[in-house]
Amino acid sequence: MKEDLIIMNIDSIHDGVVLDHIQAGKSMEIYNYLHLDKLDCSVAIIKNARSARQGKKDIIKIDSPVELDLEVLGYIDPGITVNIIRDSELVEKKRLQLPTRLTNVIRCRNPRCITVSEPQLDAIFLLSDAEKRTYRCAYCETASDN
Amino acid sequence: MARNLIDIVDLTTEEIDRLIEVAEDIIENPVKYQDACAHKQLATLFFEPSTRTRLSFESAMLGLGGSVLGFSSASSSSTAKGETVGDTVHTVSCYADIIAMRHPKEGAPYAAAQHCNIPIINAGDGGHCHPTQTLTDLLTIHRERGGLNNFTIGFCGDLKFGRTVHSLVNALSRYENINFVFISPEELKLPRYVKEEALKKKGIPYTQTTSLEEALPQLDVLYMTRVQKERFFNEEDYIRLKDSYILTPEKLVNAKSDLSILHPLPRVNEISVAVDQDPRAAYWRQVKNGKFIRMALILKLLGIEV
Repeated sequence: MKEDLIIMNIDSIHDGVVLDHIQAGKSMEIYNYLHLDKLDCSVAIIKNARSARQGKKDIIKIDSPVELDLEVLGYIDPGITVNIIRDSELVEKKRLQLPTRLTNVIRCRNPRCITVSEPQLDAIFLLSDAEKRTYRCAYCETASDN
Repeated sequence: MARNLIDIVDLTTEEIDRLIEVAEDIIENPVKYQDACAHKQLATLFFEPSTRTRLSFESAMLGLGGSVLGFSSASSSSTAKGETVGDTVHTVSCYADIIAMRHPKEGAPYAAAQHCNIPIINAGDGGHCHPTQTLTDLLTIHRERGGLNNFTIGFCGDLKFGRTVHSLVNALSRYENINFVFISPEELKLPRYVKEEALKKKGIPYTQTTSLEEALPQLDVLYMTRVQKERFFNEEDYIRLKDSYILTPEKLVNAKSDLSILHPLPRVNEISVAVDQDPRAAYWRQVKNGKFIRMALILKLLGIEV
C-alpha cells in the first residue's frame, strides 16, 4: 500500500499543484495565506488524511498550474512537499525550507517600529534562529510571534 | 550601494579597532585632519531632540574642514506635513555627501538606507540602536584602560530599554576575557535576547544583581544609565523606577582606585554632581571622545584616508 494513500475519492488533477505532508490542521491557514479563495479552479482541501510518516496530515489539491509563494509556504510549514502535476503526471517534487527572509508575509508587532507608522514600507523579517524558528524584524529586530 | 552604519554589528572587530586607532591619531594630531573633508557636507537629520549627538556630529564635520546642514526637530522638517522618512532622506541625499540621522521610531535609519545612495549613520533610533555612542564608549574604555580586553564591567540602571547598553554588550562580547555584571531592578533587566545572542551563544559568563553597592568593589568600569522617561508608556512605572540607583561619593568608597565611570548622558540624578570631581569620573572625557570617533567614522564612510 502506498504510504500516503488517500482513502477518500478526490478527482485526480490534470495540470496543477498538490501540497502534500501539510501538518494536520494547517490547511486552512495555508488556504488563507495563499489567497486560494481567489482562484476559480477546483481546490480540494483534505483534512486529517492518514499518513504513515505523520500519523495525520492535510493535503491541498489545486487544479490549475498556479505560481505559489513558496516563501510563505516554507514559513508556515517547511515540511510541506509541493508536487507539480502536468498532463496528469508528477513532473516535479519541491521540498521546502525555512526561508531566510520574509517580505510582506508578517507584520511587526512593535508599536515603536517604523513599519507601524509607515505601513507602506515592506515588512521584512530575517531568520535569526532556525532551530527555534525565530524571525526578527529587519528594521527594529523585534522577534515575530511564532 | 553606499556603506552605512545602522547597527554596531555592521562593523567588523577589525574595523572598530581601526576607527579607534584613527580617533587616537586625530586626538594626537588634529591639524593633520583639519581639511580632510573640505567641500564635503554632512546633513544632520534629527527628528527628535539631542544635544551631544547632534553637536558632536556637527563639531566632528567642522573639525574635518567640512560643512553642515540639517534640522534639529521633526516639527521643522516636512515630516510635520506627513512626508515619509524615505522621501526626506532621498531629498537630502541630493544636497549632502553623508547623513547622520536620529529618529524616534525603531528601524527608521534602516528604512532610510533603502532610499539613499549616500552613507547614512544611525544617530539613535528610539530604543533600538545608537552605534556611534557605542563607538564613543569603546574609545573611552580603550583610552581609560589602554585596551579592550581583560576587565570587569558593570552596567547599572535601565538595562531593558537602554539601547546604549545593548549595543555596548554586543560590541564588547567580541573582545577577550571581559566579565559582565548587570545591575538593575527586576523590571528593567537586560532583555533575554541580548543575553542569549551576545553572551550565552559565545559562552561568555555574566552575573545579574539588584545591588550596586555589592557589585561596585569588583568593577573596573561602571557604565551608568538614566531611566528614560520617553521609553515608558506608563508614567507610574517611570516614577516608581527612576530613582533606583544613584551614584554618590559615599558609594564609591569601596570601589577600585582605577575604576572608570562612564555614562552616555544626559543624566538626571543617577550620578550625583559631587562625583564629577572624582578622577574616576570619565563621562566628560567620554563626551569629548564622541567627537573624535565620529570624525574617524565620517572619514571611513566617505572613503577618505589621511
